[in-house]
Amino acid sequence: MIAFLVSAIRLGMTFLLGSTGETITEKAGHLNLGIPGVMCVGAACGCYAEYMYFTAVGSNVVPVLAVLIPLIAALLGGALMGLLFSFFTVTLRVNQNVTGLAITTLGVGMSEYIISEASVIFTKGSKYFTAALPFADALGSFGKLVFGYGIFVYLALAIALTTTYVLNKTRVGLHLRAVGENPATADAAGINVPLYRYAATCVGCGVAGLGGLSFIMDYLNGNWEYCVDAIGWLAIALVIFTVWKPNWAILGSIVFGALYVASSYIPGVSFAGKELFKMLPYVVTILVLIVTSMRQKREHQPPQSLGLSYFREDR
Amino acid sequence: MENMAKSEKKNTPLLHIVKRDQGTVTWYYKLIVRAVAILAAILVSGILITILAKANPIEVYGSMVDGVFGSSRRIWNMLQGVAMLLCVSLAVTPAFKMKFWNIGAEGQVLISGLACVATMMFLGDTMPTALLLVVMTVVSVLAGMIWALLPALFKAYWNTNETLFTLMMNYVATQLVAWFLKAFVKNGSGVLTPMPEYGLPVIGGKAYLLNVLLVAVLTIAVYVYLRYSKHGYEISVVGESENTARYIGINVKKVVVRTMLISGAICGIAGLLLVGGTNHTISTTTVGGRGFTAIMVSWLAKFNPLYMVLTSFLLIFLEMGSQQISTDFRISSSIADIVTGIILLFIIGCEFFLQYRVVVSKNRKENVK
Repeated sequence: MIAFLVSAIRLGMTFLLGSTGETITEKAGHLNLGIPGVMCVGAACGCYAEYMYFTAVGSNVVPVLAVLIPLIAALLGGALMGLLFSFFTVTLRVNQNVTGLAITTLGVGMSEYIISEASVIFTKGSKYFTAALPFADALGSFGKLVFGYGIFVYLALAIALTTTYVLNKTRVGLHLRAVGENPATADAAGINVPLYRYAATCVGCGVAGLGGLSFIMDYLNGNWEYCVDAIGWLAIALVIFTVWKPNWAILGSIVFGALYVASSYIPGVSFAGKELFKMLPYVVTILVLIVTSMRQKREHQPPQSLGLSYFREDR
Repeated sequence: MENMAKSEKKNTPLLHIVKRDQGTVTWYYKLIVRAVAILAAILVSGILITILAKANPIEVYGSMVDGVFGSSRRIWNMLQGVAMLLCVSLAVTPAFKMKFWNIGAEGQVLISGLACVATMMFLGDTMPTALLLVVMTVVSVLAGMIWALLPALFKAYWNTNETLFTLMMNYVATQLVAWFLKAFVKNGSGVLTPMPEYGLPVIGGKAYLLNVLLVAVLTIAVYVYLRYSKHGYEISVVGESENTARYIGINVKKVVVRTMLISGAICGIAGLLLVGGTNHTISTTTVGGRGFTAIMVSWLAKFNPLYMVLTSFLLIFLEMGSQQISTDFRISSSIADIVTGIILLFIIGCEFFLQYRVVVSKNRKENVK
């Protein structure tokens, strides 16, 4: 049971980072379908940086740097992809859906290329990411459940909570939401719409990039796998599942993680049945999508101008 | 805005973007912009490959052409690739023209393929070939229609976001296929041995000829349907403005559901051709991202089925060409995805120059004088 929860939470944090990133982006009115690609690139950049670092220093690895360097690389890699996306959607004002899909194609290809230049095993580096607090084991199952994780779990929680705070309690958050709901009104109120959209997309993609890295370095213990993009689509699903609220996403991500890994922990599930279990997160998301659209509750709706480019001179 | 009032001349930006009046954009301007974008994209990806592979760029392009046209087998593969991509693109086009963001073609094709393969597996021995072919077709088309109908109904009656709904349906289909393969493949390997004995007939001694011909007929049919039928007109109106459609008495809900059913049915045909006419088996990657690439094909061709022949050729050319490059120059096969991504972004980006004009502000000019 404990092992199940721990595993669900570890995977959940990948979803949480991805979906928090996408929420920030969507709050500014950008439906970024490039998130799967962005997460791939984040993961690949982080891993590549780790590989470079380990080759450079040999055996005298400084643990702090071994964690920080990949983190920054993943953040930057993701943010750069975000910059590319916003250049097309904000400056060139082209369709967000097609741009997003193209970014996903490009991102998946880039990540595979980057990894083919490095290695597919990062277990040595992964140890620094999964190292738990030293007193976790001493506190029994409670300790394992609360303190037994590597840095990513706490990082993801901190980012999700900070995002919620910034979105709901600060002026920047208010402006950002205004830009996503009605850019023309926001513009009239003197808010720099392009700036907010650029910034939100880059920050959001940076966070999603971290999510990609967490999948490889934490959940898979440093074994590269070519399925980061599948995780990325689930992260987008999670945004809807938690109706654009990063604090709800904390719980939602654990639910998603649990649904995804459940089949391995429930006795008696056949080899084939596992595949049906993996379907659950998607089915649940569809149900949430239907229920929210039927109930029409105003606070559970997507940002109003989600997916629309803004051009000041349009009427 | 208020800044402009204060010091109009000083703060007027140097560059200023103006929307083009679509009536004044000439066809040759459109053609030139797109041609330049494609050339620029090929140039950029050529330079990229040259750097990565440390090879002579002319050889790189040569290898690309060789990969697509090098032998009659390659040409047939190319034709088959174009036909399959085009078929899925034809499926998404009516929906997109209606501004229904169906990104679930991947799942709609896959589920039809699954229906088709299940028919071949369980009913293959029980009936004569001709009847089996009919059953396969009906079952595949129905499966595609059901997969498209669900999001359409919820969109029409409750305005449920179709982009996300159809996206999720893709993965439901993928998992169903994964489950099917593990539950019903007897040897437990999860890989289904091809069953060519139950496949579509081979005509003219060429394995892919039937697929190519069928898709060609379908292309013309969809073109005529969208261009000359009343349904096609209704789709355009709903796509341009739902309010206008309602005002002139079009039943928007009916059009949405009907169009998605057609979209799903064509996806069903794509599934039939992929499974019954090509692979004779199924895996979770049978559709291989065509559902997403098809969106590009359709969008780049401005939803015109005849132009879509060109755009799907372009994408298949790039894909096959880059694969050849990766074998010839021993670089990672992911280069194909990178090149496709770059070219797509270039073509998407060139849309800006068709929609808008960048002008140097007049005020500023006077100021400079």
